[in-house]
Amino acid sequence: MLTLAIARRELKAYFTSLIAYTVIATFLAVSGYFFYTNLVMFVMFVGADVRLGLWQQTFYDIRFVLVSLMPLLTMRLFAEEKKLGTIELLFTSPLQDWDIILGKYLASLTVLVLMLVLTFLYPALLAIVFSLDLAPVAAGYAGLFLMGAACIACGLFLSSLTENQIVAAMSTVGVLLLLWFLDWNEGIAGAAAITVLHQLSFSDHFLNFIRGVIELDDVVYYASVTTLFLFLTSCSLETRKWRGTA
Amino acid sequence: MHAIEVDHLTKFYGRARGVLDLSFTVERGEIMGFLGPNGSGKTTTMRMLTCFFPPTSGTARICGHDIIREPLAVRRSIGYLPESVPLYLDMPVRSYLHFFAEVKGVPAHRRRQHVDAVIQQCGLEQYAHRLIRKLSKGYRQRVGIAQALLGDPEVLILDEPTIGLDPRQIIEIRNLIKELGTTRTIILSTHILPEVSMTCNRVIIMHEGRLVAVDRPENLMRRIQQTPQIMLRTDAPKQELRETLARVPGVRAVQHTVTGTAALDFYRIDTEPKADVVSELARVVVERGWHLHEIRPLDITLEQIFIQLISDEQKG
Repeated sequence: MLTLAIARRELKAYFTSLIAYTVIATFLAVSGYFFYTNLVMFVMFVGADVRLGLWQQTFYDIRFVLVSLMPLLTMRLFAEEKKLGTIELLFTSPLQDWDIILGKYLASLTVLVLMLVLTFLYPALLAIVFSLDLAPVAAGYAGLFLMGAACIACGLFLSSLTENQIVAAMSTVGVLLLLWFLDWNEGIAGAAAITVLHQLSFSDHFLNFIRGVIELDDVVYYASVTTLFLFLTSCSLETRKWRGTA
Repeated sequence: MHAIEVDHLTKFYGRARGVLDLSFTVERGEIMGFLGPNGSGKTTTMRMLTCFFPPTSGTARICGHDIIREPLAVRRSIGYLPESVPLYLDMPVRSYLHFFAEVKGVPAHRRRQHVDAVIQQCGLEQYAHRLIRKLSKGYRQRVGIAQALLGDPEVLILDEPTIGLDPRQIIEIRNLIKELGTTRTIILSTHILPEVSMTCNRVIIMHEGRLVAVDRPENLMRRIQQTPQIMLRTDAPKQELRETLARVPGVRAVQHTVTGTAALDFYRIDTEPKADVVSELARVVVERGWHLHEIRPLDITLEQIFIQLISDEQKG
């Protein structure tokens, strides 16, 4: 219940400041642009058969927008509280650390879901004209959601390390990009190394989703990354106990 | 049962000492003052009592709950105002208090009424819908105290509640604290000496992380005021003045301190405790035809208290 109290306050903060509107508007504008461009291209060059290829291409593009915007959504979560000092109020209220972590995480997740739901407009528009197979689209959205959820957990953790929001955002961008391009050095990494890197890479696990396939190991991958970062956040909050400051 | 029972509380930050072997108790309904210069361990002690971080060793019980084993129960019985008065600046006062009422477990059906009561108690009615960002420092302080009152905690811990306020606001906040102290146990820290004697029943003096003295403010004053001092400013010739004043009953010693401007000299006169010699000194000076420019009892400063108490301690 207290987790929800935190989540509600965070959501209110998102929408009373301009952050949520800015992030959502940017996301919709850029992903709409990608959708439109891809649609035109498919209609012109592939004929009107948009059944699969269009979504593959569009989700591929949207995930890029998502990865670049998530750090802006998460940067304030802990950094702002540390700067204001309000984190001391939360730490001395009858709350568990996990209420705070999950409450904040849920608030960002809600904004992510809202962003994704608003883009349902694209397939909905197409469904009027074409007969669409919605299952692969749903798989693509599941992929975007899981990946976004992992990005948020990463951003939450890095926000808990600093009281400077810019530092939180930049370091999140850095970590996400690194996770993204981890397996792009196939040419120079050894064969054994590349097998491991493929398993760790953000982008590799995303490919099945946009092909319309939900594989258990991909789901487990994103869930593990999320759990790991939430756990690290908890460790980061614990450090106050010996460092003596928030 | 004591409201607060502190038992050999010690905190180290790495090798740096925060608080060393602190033990004291606070009874229900008492207002206890923490007095000490910056860095003496007041905030560290408060952060341990509010379970912000655990002690390195030792423990404390708040309303019978152990700060190490039952941190949530302890936090439920405490209202805390940190020194910097942190607030969510972009929230209106009422929503802010509503949020903390929920966090502190005030049930949904009583929340509105409870928040209203606290708003009224802290004199915030006119500002309830205002954004906290737009409030003056004094009103932000009230919001901070209102936040601490939510959930009706038995114990209030207020870290420097009057710092940075103007004199009128200081008086208002002190009155509010005194009023709250009639029904609750309060710990408040300060480095202003008169504040302690005005608001607190008892006072703890801390220095470099250690407890130097615990007593009622008037007893402490008495301990220090073994030798009340009087400041005198006059144009009298030094040697003659000294000899004349030394004959006044109750005077122990006359010291020439600084040579002031316009040929006026400052003298510090040590007197017997409880001897009222100011009027007698004034009479003597005037009778001799000297100009008396200023005469007044010297206030005891926090520094003097520390020097006194610490040297007492070193003597054994």
